[in-house]
Amino acid sequence: MPEHEADGSPHTATPQVADFLRRRREQIAQRWADEPLFRTVFTVSRDEAVEAGKAVVDALAEVADAGRVEDPDAAGFSGVREQLARMGTARSRAGLSVTQVSSELSALWPPVDNLLLADLDQAPPEQVRTCAITLSRLLGTLRLVAMQTALSEGQALIDRQRMQLLEVATPVIKLWDGIVAVPLIGTLDSARSQVVMETLLNSVVEQHARFAILDITGVPTVDSLVAQHLMKTVAAARLMGAECVVSGIRPAIAQTIVHLGLDLGSVLTRASLADALAYCLHQLGTDIVDATPGGANLR
Amino acid sequence: MHTAAGAEARLPIRSDMDLVWVRQHVRQAAALIGFGLVDQTKLVTAASELARNTLVHGGGGQMEAARVSEHGTEGLRLVFTDTGPGIADLDRALSDGYTSGDGLGMGLGGARRLVHDFEVVSSPESGTTVRVTSWVTRPPRPREES
Repeated sequence: MPEHEADGSPHTATPQVADFLRRRREQIAQRWADEPLFRTVFTVSRDEAVEAGKAVVDALAEVADAGRVEDPDAAGFSGVREQLARMGTARSRAGLSVTQVSSELSALWPPVDNLLLADLDQAPPEQVRTCAITLSRLLGTLRLVAMQTALSEGQALIDRQRMQLLEVATPVIKLWDGIVAVPLIGTLDSARSQVVMETLLNSVVEQHARFAILDITGVPTVDSLVAQHLMKTVAAARLMGAECVVSGIRPAIAQTIVHLGLDLGSVLTRASLADALAYCLHQLGTDIVDATPGGANLR
Repeated sequence: MHTAAGAEARLPIRSDMDLVWVRQHVRQAAALIGFGLVDQTKLVTAASELARNTLVHGGGGQMEAARVSEHGTEGLRLVFTDTGPGIADLDRALSDGYTSGDGLGMGLGGARRLVHDFEVVSSPESGTTVRVTSWVTRPPRPREES
């Protein structure tokens, strides 16, 4: 292909753009260091921001060399992917929306474009135009890489938090000799109710529990699936010789269960955790009495 | 009948995490419109049942929520749509204790008792659409108890 021919293909200008990026590496990095994206992330020193900028310029030059200006998976980006992710995450942690982070990334383009135009002021207009287009596409791809990495970071964070929730939310508390309680909190989806059942049954064995209290004060919605999980847990505990009491049924939940048509007749229920504990203690032959003289009343 | 902003939403139902979202949105929307705590809980529970049906039996779909008002009464309308295989025997599906999976068989019939207006359209070609509406102040209506 003759070199002077400007056929509109952006790839014809990639060697020039790569050369330009290498030649102006220092100036580009210096200008980027003043942009909010670099300035606010690399706060230790300005040099640090300049070094980070140089790394990004090198990556862009490598991608341009390979002629893959529109490929976010180009090998050149792999070296700066981690750094871009760090910058993106830092900005979104600072409270910026995805749109704002994206516009900060596009703010990297004008300084480079100005340098390019200054560099090519003697060149024919077609060449200037192709170079500018190539550069703009290259920076567009950079923006895509940065956003991609930031988004996958977010997904990984969500997955970790979900695992954390699974672990945290099911403590089994020993209330008395032979009485254990599980305060259920939040959504009882199948994965979590499975964990609840396992930990409860294990602690029934470990604590030699005769009674297990399932407190659903912290469960906002009791639908048929939640009720089914509760009944299965109760039945399993019964097989192991422990009686289950479900407590913390709020008035709105009670009415909803009735309308829904659920039959919790096989499950022993109490309005509050205190009532459930009093019942279990009574069954164990222990009663809580007032210490006031003259009258030891049954609670 | 007209609609107003605030409670309007179109939520995808693709995973069990989306069910949480559906419940939270319905709870907030119902509170915004002025439902009492009991009616909020009923509507959220009905939405939870229907959204799970959409996910499990319909293979996923969406819920549309809209604030509606009729004769000066405010209400919340929820429309659950899926493109699944449809419900083969609607009368049986609505009867208590009948289940096509391993559930309790209370979902569809129970949801019907938790809302004021309940309408289901289902065919193998177009999937299932369940439209439910609850009103803040209950309008006079004939008894539906059998």
